Amino acid sequence: MAATKKTNTELVFNGILLENPIFRLALSMCPAVGLTTSIKNGLLLGSAVLFVQIFSSCTIAAIKNYIHPRIRIPTYTLTIATWVTVIDLVLAAYVPGAYKEMGIFVKLIVAFAIITMRLEAFACKNSVSASFWDGIGMGIGFLFGMVSIGFVRELLGAGTILGYDVLGFKPLLFFILPAAGFFCVGIMMAFFNYIEVVFNRRKERKQ
Amino acid sequence: MRALMKRFIFWPGWILGAVLLLFAGCNTEHAFVKKIAFKDSRSIMIEFAGELDADWAVDPAHYKAYEKRDPDVLLAIDKIMLSPDKKSVTVHFAEEINQKEPHIVGLAPIRSQGQDLGPALLSVKRLYIGELFSILIGAMLINNFVFTKYLGLCVFFGTSKKKNTAVGMGITFTLVMVASAMMSWFLYQFILKPFRLDFLQVVIFIGMVSLAVQAVDTVLRKVNPALFKAFGVYLVLVIANCIILAVPLTLASNEYSAWESLMLALGAGTGFLLALFLMSSARERLELADIPQTYRGLPIAFVTAGLFALAFMGFSGLAIF
Repeated sequence: MAATKKTNTELVFNGILLENPIFRLALSMCPAVGLTTSIKNGLLLGSAVLFVQIFSSCTIAAIKNYIHPRIRIPTYTLTIATWVTVIDLVLAAYVPGAYKEMGIFVKLIVAFAIITMRLEAFACKNSVSASFWDGIGMGIGFLFGMVSIGFVRELLGAGTILGYDVLGFKPLLFFILPAAGFFCVGIMMAFFNYIEVVFNRRKERKQ
Repeated sequence: MRALMKRFIFWPGWILGAVLLLFAGCNTEHAFVKKIAFKDSRSIMIEFAGELDADWAVDPAHYKAYEKRDPDVLLAIDKIMLSPDKKSVTVHFAEEINQKEPHIVGLAPIRSQGQDLGPALLSVKRLYIGELFSILIGAMLINNFVFTKYLGLCVFFGTSKKKNTAVGMGITFTLVMVASAMMSWFLYQFILKPFRLDFLQVVIFIGMVSLAVQAVDTVLRKVNPALFKAFGVYLVLVIANCIILAVPLTLASNEYSAWESLMLALGAGTGFLLALFLMSSARERLELADIPQTYRGLPIAFVTAGLFALAFMGFSGLAIF
C-alpha cells in the first residue's frame, strides 16, 4: 500500500485539471452527453456525483482494512449504491422538478465508472483525509466538465446562461438537440487536445 | 456448441404454445357481439353478429365505458356512429383514451330487430403480442439505449474499435441483460413491492446485476468452454455499463409484466449489439481516413456517434400497432 505523497491542494487540482474525469480520463460520458442541454442540469447532477464521490471515498478509506480483497468490488458497489440512494431520496424530496428532468440518471450514478475507479485506485490505499480531498477534486472535476459542456450547449443552442437571456438570439439551435451532445463533447475533447498540443510545442521551443 | 443448439431448437415450440394460450384468452363475453377493438386514439369499434335497431344503437345512454382499473370514472361519450349495414357501431369519446389500459364497455340490453338480447359487459385491450412486439422494437430502434438515451457510452466507445470485439461484447451483454432483467423483475414484483422496499431499488438491482454476471460466467464456463473463452473477457465490463442497470429501473417504474420485461431486455440488448456493430464498422473505416491530429481517437468517434444519433432520430416517428 503506497500512500500518496501529494498535498491536499495538489490532490484537488489533480482531479480538476490533470485527471479531469470527462475530458482526460473519458469516463462517465453518459451524463456528459445526455444531460448537458442546460447548465442547471449539469450543476445538479455534478453536485450529486460530488456528494457520492466524497462520501463513498471516505467510507471505503475508513473501512479499508476490514475488506477482504476478493470481495472488494461488490463492497465498493454496495457502498456507492447506499450513498446514491441517499442523494436520490434527498433530490426527489427537495427539487422534484429537476429530479424528474434528470430522470433515471441520478440512480445511474451507481454505475458511473469514475467513482468505482477512484475507490479502486485511490481510496483503498490512502487515509480518510487524503481520500476526502481526492473525492473533492474528482467530484469538482466532473462538475466542471458537466458545467462547461452545458455552458457551451446552452449558450450556442438557446442563447441563454442559467436561463437568463444573454445573446438575444439563438446562434446554433442544433446544439440544444439531444443528438448534438455527441458533437459537442467530441469537439470540446478535440479542443482540449489542441490546447495540449500548442502547450507542448511552446514548451519545446523554450528549451 | 451442438448440444447447446439442440437444446435451443425446442424454444420456438414453447413460444408457439405460449402464443396460442394468449390468443385463446381473447374472447368477447356476449354471444351476439363478434368483435370489439380500439379503432383510433379516441374511439372503440364494436361488431355485432346481426343487424341492430338504429334508435337503440345511436343512443349514448345505452353505453358506458371505463378503464378496468378504476370503474368509478366513466369516460365521456361524444357520439355513437352506426355503420350503413347496421352491424357495427363506433363509440367516439370526448377525450383521448389510454390504449395501454384494458377498458370495459357496458351495453344496455341489446335490441336487434325488435328482440331483446340482454345486456353485455365487454372488455377491450390491445393485442398482447402486438404490445410485446412494440416494446421490443421500441427498445431496439425508437429508444435505442445508446443513440437516443445516451447510456452505456464508456463501454460503447471502449469496445467498438474492432468488429469482432463489438459483436462479442453485444452478444455477452444481451445474455447477461436478459438474465438480470428476469431476476430483477421477480425480486421487484415479489419482494420489493409487497414489503414496500421500493427505495432499495438501486442497491438490490446492482447486486442483482453482479449476481447475474457471476451466474452467466459460471454457467458458460461449464456448458460451453469455447464460448466462454471467446466472450469471458467482456463479462467484467458488463457490470460497469449503465444500460444493465437502466433496464431493471425502467421495468420497475413502468410496472412491466414478465413477458414485457423479457422483451425490453431483449430489445435493449439487441439495440446495443446493433449500435456496437454499426459503430465498429464505421471506426474500422476511420482507421484508414486522414483525420486532423487533434481529432484522432475519441473525439472523431464522438462526432461519428453524433451522426448515428441524428440518423436514429428518424426512428422516432415509427409507430407499430
